[in-house]
Amino acid sequence: MTIMETAVDRSVATALETMLLIRTFEEKSAERQAAGKSGSVCTSVGQEAAAVGVVSVLQKNDLILTNHRSAGHLLARGADPGRLFAEIAGKATGYCKGKSGSLHISVKELGVVLTSTIVGGELSLAPGVGLSLSMQDTDAIAVVFFGDGAATEGIFHEALNLAAVWNLPVLFVCENNQWQAFVHRKETMLADHVSDWARPYGMPAVTVDGNDVEAVHAAARLAADYVRTTRKPYFLEAYTYRTRGHMEPDTQAYVDPEELASWKRRDPIALLESRFAPEELAEIRARVTETIESAAAFADASPYPSFAEMTTDVYA
Amino acid sequence: MRTITVDEAMTEALAEEMRRDASVIAFGEGVATKNYKLVEEFGAKRVRNTPLAEGIIAGTAAGAAATGLRPVIDLLFAPFLTFAMDELVNSAGKLRYLSGGQFAFPLVAITRTGGGWGVGAQHNHNVESWFVNTPGVKVVMPSTAADFKGLLKSAIRDDNPVMFFTDIGLIYTPGEVPETDDHVIPIGKAAVRREGSDVSLISYAKTVHTCVAAAEALAEHGVSAEVIDLRSLKPLDEETILASVRKTGRAIVVHEAAAPCGVGAEISAILAEKAFGALKAPVVRLTGPDAPAAASFPLEAAFAPQADAIVSAALRIARNDA
Repeated sequence: MTIMETAVDRSVATALETMLLIRTFEEKSAERQAAGKSGSVCTSVGQEAAAVGVVSVLQKNDLILTNHRSAGHLLARGADPGRLFAEIAGKATGYCKGKSGSLHISVKELGVVLTSTIVGGELSLAPGVGLSLSMQDTDAIAVVFFGDGAATEGIFHEALNLAAVWNLPVLFVCENNQWQAFVHRKETMLADHVSDWARPYGMPAVTVDGNDVEAVHAAARLAADYVRTTRKPYFLEAYTYRTRGHMEPDTQAYVDPEELASWKRRDPIALLESRFAPEELAEIRARVTETIESAAAFADASPYPSFAEMTTDVYA
Repeated sequence: MRTITVDEAMTEALAEEMRRDASVIAFGEGVATKNYKLVEEFGAKRVRNTPLAEGIIAGTAAGAAATGLRPVIDLLFAPFLTFAMDELVNSAGKLRYLSGGQFAFPLVAITRTGGGWGVGAQHNHNVESWFVNTPGVKVVMPSTAADFKGLLKSAIRDDNPVMFFTDIGLIYTPGEVPETDDHVIPIGKAAVRREGSDVSLISYAKTVHTCVAAAEALAEHGVSAEVIDLRSLKPLDEETILASVRKTGRAIVVHEAAAPCGVGAEISAILAEKAFGALKAPVVRLTGPDAPAAASFPLEAAFAPQADAIVSAALRIARNDA
């Protein structure tokens, strides 16, 4: 991995810029919610390395399923932040015509095929996407992002079992962010690592430091290659932390300040930034700020859908 | 025309559609075991057994449907649908809309319900109205072998999720069924099983046959009853219902499912809203009780409305010419 050891390596710079784009997007989303410009959002602040590390190894023809905390996956996949802000604000120019809002954004043209906001819903759909791919002559794989909260649901076990029994090309990515809405993971599960639950179903299962984008990238590369070549499932757990609340606004009064501070010291962006020259960093930050500001302006200038849209797209 | 059972008609429909379209696949609890001939013809990839886990069966169907396949899934008994509600209602029913029309969910979920096998309320619960109340899905519940074939073929060809309710009491009922590949019954179209001028008996599934028996008995009393077989519950064929009741002026809605917020309640409301002026008597609902279905055969058989109850209700309102 010598290529990763150079601080100024282009792929690391790209990873940092994407992570900063996600962070800035999420903070702007929270700000827009507070300003009454859009509804509530579930941000992925603190988890940027997991999204960027995994999505960066995927091919164009791979299919992604995600959940309510999806901005990182979407932006890492190349989604336009303007259309995302528009969607969150319920505007007609959003990826889902404003009908999704923040919670179920899918972008078919980017291969983000199904997003379910009901924790576990994304897992229930993933084997089916894998099944479609397994019936085609393709090297594409399905990647499903979910959290530790979903892992405590029955459907998690049903999905892993079926994917293993049917040899489906599904990469399960658990972002273990320690929080299940307003409840700490330690209150709901005895295991520390969800990967320990996955292995007995008959698939390789690995836990990686989810705040180290290079480690996630390397682990995801092995994982995706395994699924692509064997056409069998693989389980990757990114061990990370949700440093903002469950949804906006959230005072996080229920969070242990020491735990939060210890994870913030391992902030995935700060870990990487220390390796960049200040001028280079300033340049990247300026570019990201410009992108986010113009994206927000696009959303603000966009129209709401017409009332006729209330009953379109119900049936095919 | 040759005569086959409902069960055989459904298998024939599935085989014809699998032959016609390579994207049609079938899976569920015992699907490959039961349809070993389909496995032989289409291969183990297209006809699969699954774990006894309705949630992942339905979820897998929704995920596969959104990405190019046309899954037909067997969830066995209607009460088991409670394990698949998130996948059928929240995913298959809503993600087309919530994605702004980016995805379609062409899937068929087959399930069984109704009296006939003495299996009790955890296997027999007519929950079809739950899905009539679900946006984005269609609901069918046929009564004849020919319709089982024709509606299953339509359901498989439909680009939306279709809930295919099979009345347990009809599964081995024989009927004349066209052998032709093009025997397709459109979803959303009711059938007039018997024409009449004094009262409309509106029903679906096994109670259609009860209504036909009641209509024959009513004829002996000089009352001419029309029998409407809804076949599809969503979309509902309002046109046929309204045309019949505007002609007869009287309506009795008959189904095995319980009354509260059921299909009968919906039809009564439609008649009150759109045919009030034509009504010569209040609309009558004859339904199963709002109680779990017992396993005991006599209680199970009595659960569904009986022909004599339909006859007395019809005679009562036929005399009312207000």
